[in-house]
Amino acid sequence: MDSKLKDHRGALLASVERRLFLRRSLSLGALALLSGCDLTDGITENDRVQKILTAMSRWNDRAQGWLFDAKRLAPEFPASMITDPFPFNAYYGEDEVRIVDSTDYRLEVGGLVRERKTWRLPELYALPQVSQITRHICVEGWSAIGKWSGPRFSDFLERVGADLTAKYVGFKCADDYYTSIDMATALHPQTIMAFKYADQVLPPKYGFPWKLRIPTKLGFKNPKHVMALFVTNQDPGGYWEDKGYNWFSGS
Amino acid sequence: MTMKTVHPLLVRITHWINALAILIMVTSGWRIYNASPLFDWSFPADATLGGWLAGALQWHFAAMWLLGLNGLLYVAYGVFSGHLRRRLLPISPRAVAGDLLSALRGRLSHADLTVYNAAQKAAYLAAILLVFGLVLSGLAIWKPVQLHSLAALMGDYEGARLLHFFCMTGIVLFVLVHVAMVAIVPRTFLSMITGKLGHG
Repeated sequence: MDSKLKDHRGALLASVERRLFLRRSLSLGALALLSGCDLTDGITENDRVQKILTAMSRWNDRAQGWLFDAKRLAPEFPASMITDPFPFNAYYGEDEVRIVDSTDYRLEVGGLVRERKTWRLPELYALPQVSQITRHICVEGWSAIGKWSGPRFSDFLERVGADLTAKYVGFKCADDYYTSIDMATALHPQTIMAFKYADQVLPPKYGFPWKLRIPTKLGFKNPKHVMALFVTNQDPGGYWEDKGYNWFSGS
Repeated sequence: MTMKTVHPLLVRITHWINALAILIMVTSGWRIYNASPLFDWSFPADATLGGWLAGALQWHFAAMWLLGLNGLLYVAYGVFSGHLRRRLLPISPRAVAGDLLSALRGRLSHADLTVYNAAQKAAYLAAILLVFGLVLSGLAIWKPVQLHSLAALMGDYEGARLLHFFCMTGIVLFVLVHVAMVAIVPRTFLSMITGKLGHG
């Protein structure tokens, strides 16, 4: 498809979704809170309240950036505390999990990096790996403990000559999911390219061929089936972030 | 009849800001609870704020600043002016039990509303402690990694979630009793606006 057309369609969809969100984000209970407001002018009032809430969410991004300690490690747990089975979660059902072909797979690395090459799986598997047993916390509130293994993302970023002073790293996934994280979190020692879950090759439902495992962020900031990543100074947003979920979403 | 100032201006302002903040925090919190209920029931959607999870989270994490900063102002004023000590202390379990019993029998005197009885002192102290517990457990849920020592005190992330839920239940029960009492003695409602109370 013509990429311009695709972009345009994306923007249109995003604006429709944003409007839906505006309508949904205020219930009658909220309107009742706005005593003295002209209720016949509800939509405008919604827009104004939504503007304040969005500004507060941006403020919370900054506050969480300051709170984030690059050296503070997420707690690790004994194997006996692992949640089995580890829950599946995505914006679609488990029967719609994308199957990525391992032989065709090429990881695209772009943006502010020295080496803009693509990576095949055997090359990625050859990188030195670490393991972690950490708690995955979902924005919905539930949590589960699992074991992930793979190379440190910071090692990978250094290897490709990424501009480590850039602000963001963005991710595009095989299931059309996308998200982005701050550079400080990308360089955190526990942020890993998880090729394994429970010492086995990462199964499709957990994001084959790999997911970025970030124990210092909520689950939806851990992209699965990553096909491309890019280093940038322009906020790339994200699938849920663009619908109103807090961008930083740190733990 | 003499008019006496019972509630200083700062206490009245922080009281009403706190009431708004608690209302937003509780109703948006119910919506957040519904996304992944701790127990096998949910709050009625019509009683919640935010419309969906992301909206509820936006309200919750915006109003937390209102609740926290307003609470700090109130406690700082209360401690340094001696207001908290004068109004809420001393308090003894025996006096609380005695006043609770007479309240249940409908025999608690409301002749002098400028002095809190022991049951009131206990309830207001409990409300302050519950909000304190809500803020601390809320911080532990929000930042279980950055504030891990705090979360560890509460049994880690899942323990903090439970504590947050029970403190919420406590503050909702307090509000129900508090509003019922104000309905029984309506003069107290006006006094929290004007600060004055006619007595005698």
